[in-house]
Amino acid sequence: MEKFTQHTGVGVPLRRSNVDTDQIIPAVYLKRVTRTGFEDGLFAAWRGDETFVLNNPAYASGSVLVAGPDFGTGSSREHAVWALMDYGFRVVLSSRFADIFRGNSGKAGLLAAQLRQEDIELLWKLLENEPGTQVTVDLEHRTVTAGEHVFGFQVDDYIRWRLLEGLDDISLTLRHADDITNFESERPSWKPSAAPA
Amino acid sequence: MGRTLAQKVWEQHVVRRADGEPDLLYIDLHLIHEVTSPQAFEGLRLAGRSVRRPDLTVATEDHNVPTTPGPISDPVSKTQVDTLRANCKEFGVKLFPMGDAEQGIVHIIGPQLGLTQPGMTIVCGDSHTSTHGAFGALSFGIGTSEVEHVMATQTLPLNPFKTMAINIEGELPDGVTSKDIILAVIAKIGTGGGQGYVLEYRGSAVRSMSMEARMTMCNMSIEAGARAGMVAPDQTTFDYLKGRDHAPTGADWDAAVAAWSQLTTDDDAEFDAEVDIDASALTPFVTWGTNPGQGLPLSSNVPDPETFSGENEKAAAQRAIEYMGLTPGTPLREISVDTVFLGSCTNGRIEDLRAAAAIIKGRKVAPGVRMLVVPGSAKVRLQAEAEGLDKVFSDAGAEWRLAGCSMCLGMNPDQLSAGERSASTSNRNFEGRQGKGGRTHLVSPLVAAATAVRGTLSSPADLAPSA
Repeated sequence: MEKFTQHTGVGVPLRRSNVDTDQIIPAVYLKRVTRTGFEDGLFAAWRGDETFVLNNPAYASGSVLVAGPDFGTGSSREHAVWALMDYGFRVVLSSRFADIFRGNSGKAGLLAAQLRQEDIELLWKLLENEPGTQVTVDLEHRTVTAGEHVFGFQVDDYIRWRLLEGLDDISLTLRHADDITNFESERPSWKPSAAPA
Repeated sequence: MGRTLAQKVWEQHVVRRADGEPDLLYIDLHLIHEVTSPQAFEGLRLAGRSVRRPDLTVATEDHNVPTTPGPISDPVSKTQVDTLRANCKEFGVKLFPMGDAEQGIVHIIGPQLGLTQPGMTIVCGDSHTSTHGAFGALSFGIGTSEVEHVMATQTLPLNPFKTMAINIEGELPDGVTSKDIILAVIAKIGTGGGQGYVLEYRGSAVRSMSMEARMTMCNMSIEAGARAGMVAPDQTTFDYLKGRDHAPTGADWDAAVAAWSQLTTDDDAEFDAEVDIDASALTPFVTWGTNPGQGLPLSSNVPDPETFSGENEKAAAQRAIEYMGLTPGTPLREISVDTVFLGSCTNGRIEDLRAAAAIIKGRKVAPGVRMLVVPGSAKVRLQAEAEGLDKVFSDAGAEWRLAGCSMCLGMNPDQLSAGERSASTSNRNFEGRQGKGGRTHLVSPLVAAATAVRGTLSSPADLAPSA
């Protein structure tokens, strides 16, 4: 995974709450077996609407999405994170993320940073008044800077460390392979197995 | 201080605990399907890794499969299913393919095979993995990176969940089901209310529920934002499991039941939050909006966005009502539907089909309404056919289909067209969930059946006596 320390890019105001992962990428785009190329599915239904924020050229190159509360609810599809990243987003800011989405983001290298809703509202106004405004997100110091405003944000300590170091979860866990083997040796024998009885 | 059920199961699975790090949790069962696994298998291949415990891994084909006889016509869907088959073969994973007697929706076949047991940790790249919590398992959905992690290590690094008690006391009135309970719970706490929590469903109403009813309720825990829902195992659980293919036998059964019987929340345990529901006061519940929290009793009217507090809430309700093509003030009972979908991992089990068939029997699906009945698994279909339920539905004018996820998310050809409206026993009413531009009302199997007959959102109590 690529390291994430700081990112600066155009902020995109998405004034919607409860943006579920079916909206981020509809199911018909999930049939692919590849890991990349999902940008065409991002917000597919909404992009048909010419007033949708990403259809405004000032925001089209955006990389910091500023969304309403309960972002990423519903389906566990990690394709939602991939679609956002394939489009060019590196950061999503919201006052509340769904658990699975937040976890998936941390694994794939997208920063899901939690701000207070009043700060999100302020960012929305700022980005709408001056489309194309750059937003800087500093993971080291947990700050979001836009114009003269600086906001703090929350992110899980462990996810933050992994993003800063660009570490792969599986390699980290495999350092403890002995612990796993020990645990397995003590599992009750009656626990089910998928192998035929 | 005592511990909750969720905490007990968690503690039994900690492989490693260290300061400043998530716990490393052992996973007892990993369920796999074709949509969220190909990139994980590819990741293993690229890193030269194997599946650590193929014997604790089971795969099925469900999301893409057609529910009419014949092969998959969409080449992209077919490639995905073919990829699963090749991956399972390469990595030694047991697969139940289309046409197999054990094929079906991943959350239906686990319990059916007896693979889902109390006190286990179960994961799957699918958010409705919460279903298996009905057995007192800690069971939750994961993303594809985590799927790969479980394949490679049979563990997951996780921070402990908080626990929330959902206390459901009293007797459910006639015509009210566990689906109505969970829709009422989600409307009460909201789609984010359960975030970070495991919900434990407790109380007299839960104790008197069948395993299938408990599964329906746990299934939709994710719709309240909770990763998992649980019910403490009891005699109902043990009776359901005994004799199933993968259930323990002989002395192992006795040892297992002894261990399972310890899996209750201690009297002096404290939950991080509690919610009380009076089951006896509930009535059939349906959704009017575009998230599962936007629901009301069937006897209500479409709400007026102006009555919501806060600008964001007003705007969300306004947007949902516009998308749904509704007018504030319209009685929900007057909303007519084009399609009724009976099926999914929420309500695609034999009891759901029996309950709906009992309403449909001797009646007809209303003119202009299409009713799709999709059993959750091949076994459920065969059981229903043995009981003659297929004939009840066909005689009424409904379509009897093969098992799969079907119109719950429309990855196969079963979809709503733009502007079409459904009453659906599935779990999500998101914009476009059942097909681009489609409009979904979430309902129980009883409401689905009554709605099919009347053509408008209805409960069995609204029906004239059948001939």
